[in-house]
Amino acid sequence: MNGQATPGTAAGNGTALEVRDLSVELSTPQGPVRVVRDVGFEVRSGQTLALLGESGCGKSMTAQAVAGLLDPVAEVTDGQVRLQGRDILRLRRSDRRSLAGPELAMVFQDALTALNPVYTVGSQLAEPFRIHERASRRAAKEKAVELMERVGIPEPRLRAKAFPHQFSGGMRQRLLIAMAVALRPSVLLADEPTTALDVTVQAQIMELLAELRRETRMALVLITHDLAVVAEQADQVAVMYSGTIVESGPVAEVFAAPRHPYTRGLLDSVPAGHPRGSVLPSIQGSPPRPAAVPAGCAFRARCPLARDRCATDEPPLTDTGPGRASACHYWKELADA
Amino acid sequence: MLTYLRRRILSSAIPLLVVVLGVFFLARLTGDPANLYLPLSATQKMREAFSAQHGFDDPLLVQFGDYLAQLAHLDFGESLRTAQPAAEAVLRAFPATLQLAGVTLLLAVAGAVVVGSLAAYRPNSPADRIASFLSSTAASTPDFWFAIMGVLVFAVTLDWLPTSGTVGSAAWVLPVATLLIRPFGVLVQVVRGAMVTALSEPYIKVARSKGAGERRVIFKHALRNAGAPTLTVAGDLAVGLINGAVVVETIFGWPGIGKLMIDSILQRDFAVLQAAVLLTALTIFALNLLIDVCYVLLDPRVRQGAMA
Repeated sequence: MNGQATPGTAAGNGTALEVRDLSVELSTPQGPVRVVRDVGFEVRSGQTLALLGESGCGKSMTAQAVAGLLDPVAEVTDGQVRLQGRDILRLRRSDRRSLAGPELAMVFQDALTALNPVYTVGSQLAEPFRIHERASRRAAKEKAVELMERVGIPEPRLRAKAFPHQFSGGMRQRLLIAMAVALRPSVLLADEPTTALDVTVQAQIMELLAELRRETRMALVLITHDLAVVAEQADQVAVMYSGTIVESGPVAEVFAAPRHPYTRGLLDSVPAGHPRGSVLPSIQGSPPRPAAVPAGCAFRARCPLARDRCATDEPPLTDTGPGRASACHYWKELADA
Repeated sequence: MLTYLRRRILSSAIPLLVVVLGVFFLARLTGDPANLYLPLSATQKMREAFSAQHGFDDPLLVQFGDYLAQLAHLDFGESLRTAQPAAEAVLRAFPATLQLAGVTLLLAVAGAVVVGSLAAYRPNSPADRIASFLSSTAASTPDFWFAIMGVLVFAVTLDWLPTSGTVGSAAWVLPVATLLIRPFGVLVQVVRGAMVTALSEPYIKVARSKGAGERRVIFKHALRNAGAPTLTVAGDLAVGLINGAVVVETIFGWPGIGKLMIDSILQRDFAVLQAAVLLTALTIFALNLLIDVCYVLLDPRVRQGAMA
């Protein structure tokens, strides 16, 4: 560990996942575009880190880079991803593949398209056991049924023979989670696991994830744009803007006293806490396109604190206190306010 | 499923009847058989006797009625040429066509699945570009031209392959290659397109996130999803192969049903022609039924609709 600020410093547990200086480049007809810039964070076993940001900020790309699931047009250009201390970006493909499932797993956003429409859910749930444990067809099916029961699918033995389109959205998300936790991974990446669902179902799914995390002591990286989900579920939060992390720290502290104007803007635009009928504050403007991130601070065009220095010096993510970091030159002004 | 099949079989009766009707009347537009079978010096009396013997002197509608009545008893009439039952001639020629079409289709589908999948694995890679160029060239090659060039180069100039006949495996090369080239080109493009789509679906990423190897990802998770469009086009091409056999069988002297049809038209052998067309129509109908069944087996989402 060097001196760089990294979220997730709660004491007592081992670090399950540590990401350092991760950069991802997308090749486009106009040339390469850096969509993830020097992202770093760490998560400890049994804890939840929320990667918070709006659409297009690079949070999904970060998760896919960590999981080794980037599309061929995207490429990790720099950084380390340490899983239980081992840098998995340097591993051979086959070694990496052997970790996918038993060590590192991922839950995807849209459970309908994430399940293969032409195979029974039972056979898809059995696949991790078939691939990694070389289980017999029957033994793997049996484990699939147990998994379905664990995540709350009624009549699992019967339903294992059904196809994805025969399940509701919430049930499909349960199946997807079951598939991800099948081999009890030490790290689970959940990419917006509830955005496609009704509010009541969302709460059930989040509860299921929290239960599984406690049960298996896995580290959970929760990718979301939902502030309420972060407040309820996460221990640590890393706020992403325009491909990089702008603020990080324990959720309660960050939400109580944000140290980056972007985080402050996000928290201010939550309806709760504003009188009914008053105009809801919002962050003016929109994020820069990844191909045209300006020099200096990427947030400065929308920032109430911006001055000349922000146009030339890009503020690095620096420690602002125990376990906290901000990428703003003038974070103290927010803290003092 | 059974109800569905029964409905399909019943609803095919009308198109089959139209085929029977069309062939019967169109065949009789080709000319009077008496001109062909009697000597030039034949008297009017002899012509009338010939017509009466084969029933050509009745009004057309009466002839058609008789024909339908025969069909109802599975009697397909007799060949004018050989005086043998028409059904026998047709059934004797049919296996040669089926073998040719079957081998061709098998090679086309197997080859296209491999080439198309490899091309789709890395879109716009050199391999993909080569596959796309060759397949569009193949898909737009006229088969009669390819057949003639094939005979010229490999049979006449190089003398590696026979110009015609069915003896020995060398005799299969040119007819199969001629029939194969277009369906293969078309299928490669269809498989490639369907595989590109399937491989970009989220469930492919999920499969990789489970640690599935590339072979499992391509051939288990993607290929079956690419099956439906491939099947549709392969079915159409199979129909085309049975029809297209007319040209290829004629060029290469392949004793199949296509050659039999051409010969029957030239010889005004109406009964044989009608039986041959009817059998081809039935085969195509059976093929379509088979494709529908395959859809249901391939995609569970179709299954529910078919059951309803």
